[in-house]
Amino acid sequence: MAFLEVKGIEKSFGTVQVLRKIDFSLEKGEVISIIGSSGSGKTTLLRCLNFLERPDKGSIIVNNEVIFDAMDPATQRESEVRKKRLHFGLVFQNFNLFPQYTVLKNVTLAAELLAKERPDFKQNKKAILKEIQDRGKMLLSQVGLSDKLDCYPHMISGGQQQRVAIARALALEPDILCFDEPTSALDPELTGEVLKVIRNLADRNTTMIIVTHEMDFARDVADRVIFMDGGVIVEQGHPQEVFGNPKEERTKQFLARYKKD
Amino acid sequence: MVIAFGSMSRFRPLRWVVRTFVWIIRGTPLMLQLIVIFFGPGLLNMPFSWPSGESGRFVAATVAFIINYACYFSEIYRGGIESIPVGQYEAGQVLGMKKGQIFFHVTLLQVIKRIVPPIGNEVITLVKDTSLARIIANKEIIMMAGEYTNKGLIWPLFATGIYFLVFGGVLTVLLDWVEKKLSYFRV
Ligand SMILES: Nc1ncnc2c1ncn2[C@@H]1O[C@H](COP(=O)(O)OP(=O)(O)OP(=O)(O)O)[C@@H](O)[C@H]1O
Ligand SMILES: [Mg+2]
Repeated sequence: MAFLEVKGIEKSFGTVQVLRKIDFSLEKGEVISIIGSSGSGKTTLLRCLNFLERPDKGSIIVNNEVIFDAMDPATQRESEVRKKRLHFGLVFQNFNLFPQYTVLKNVTLAAELLAKERPDFKQNKKAILKEIQDRGKMLLSQVGLSDKLDCYPHMISGGQQQRVAIARALALEPDILCFDEPTSALDPELTGEVLKVIRNLADRNTTMIIVTHEMDFARDVADRVIFMDGGVIVEQGHPQEVFGNPKEERTKQFLARYKKD
Repeated sequence: MVIAFGSMSRFRPLRWVVRTFVWIIRGTPLMLQLIVIFFGPGLLNMPFSWPSGESGRFVAATVAFIINYACYFSEIYRGGIESIPVGQYEAGQVLGMKKGQIFFHVTLLQVIKRIVPPIGNEVITLVKDTSLARIIANKEIIMMAGEYTNKGLIWPLFATGIYFLVFGGVLTVLLDWVEKKLSYFRV
């Protein structure tokens, strides 16, 4: 069984069905990129994985643990959802950094709050907080922002903000890191620095699901590509297959549209 | 604050009742509310009455002001809370924070930053509205000044004007200070 198994996910908003029978799997250390036209349900799929939407049907299994099953209410209890969502991290299209905190605090806040629940927090408070701080600094240097620790989000560029958001998502050591069009809100000259960071993560065997409109990047960085259209997975496979020799008519049309611009 | 949460409640009847109450309070003149609150219990033969004399009038006026301004403030809180982008909550959720943690550590300060200017407006209006308390014969400042004026002196009215100005000025300085304190980040 693969590290992540997504089985038969369906999701409707009112009468509009946005996801139909989504099946895919992901091995540890693997990178999947998801491409597809606007409105095809890519964001909704990531939101389902991160418990921001509740699928109507289907199940999600991580490391042999059923973390969500639409048929089994026990998997949907609020108290457990909070723990289980830590299997996943999510980097948003528009960063969603916390404006009132410094760059470093943005990265460490969630870990600090989580640490308070540890039974040994009171005794080892200093050491635990120090460890979290150090880890935050390490992550920020990994994304090339060691000199911005004390800046507030409005003081740095969009590309830098998104790199902070990536460090923030990494701080809780998620098993699987999801990106929803991480460069779509950025000026073209800033996308490169963010893509470079993601590429570095891929080189370190971080397990990732990347929704993107950057076709060249999707092709380069991914071990597997999923093409979605109208809420279904139309085609998935090795990037060379999907980009170089697409089997489905819809994939061909979509890629042809991209080649033109 | 309680009213603000009531008006955002997911429990419909509660939300409905609270919003109707806010609508009534905001839709009727404060002066009318003062009269109703002070004379209402007596007129309706309620087994409850304000303490007699000066202190009763003062308590009644205070209660009326609190109810009235709580409603205005609740709407400001609600506006502030609802103006926080949903992405802030979602970012907190995805990072495994609890609802209370998201409120206190993520949104609260942003809400405060947004509501300080409108709250300031309301507080200054409140100070000036206290002059309405005369309707139930509370001794408020302008009335006292008026009494003196009746005795043929004009300067007490000026003095009260200046008093209000100074009081408003102090509040303005205080609010500016809070705003400046919060200006280190942008929402
Ligand atoms: N909360 C919601 N309520 C109602 N409809 C929604 C909601 N969220 C998404 N949708 C609809 O679901 C469909 C898929 O949306 P989704 O955001 O998943 O697409 P996407 O593939 O991410 O598109 P894009 O490339 O533009 O980001 C769209 O038609 C959208 O209008
Ligand atoms: Mg999207």
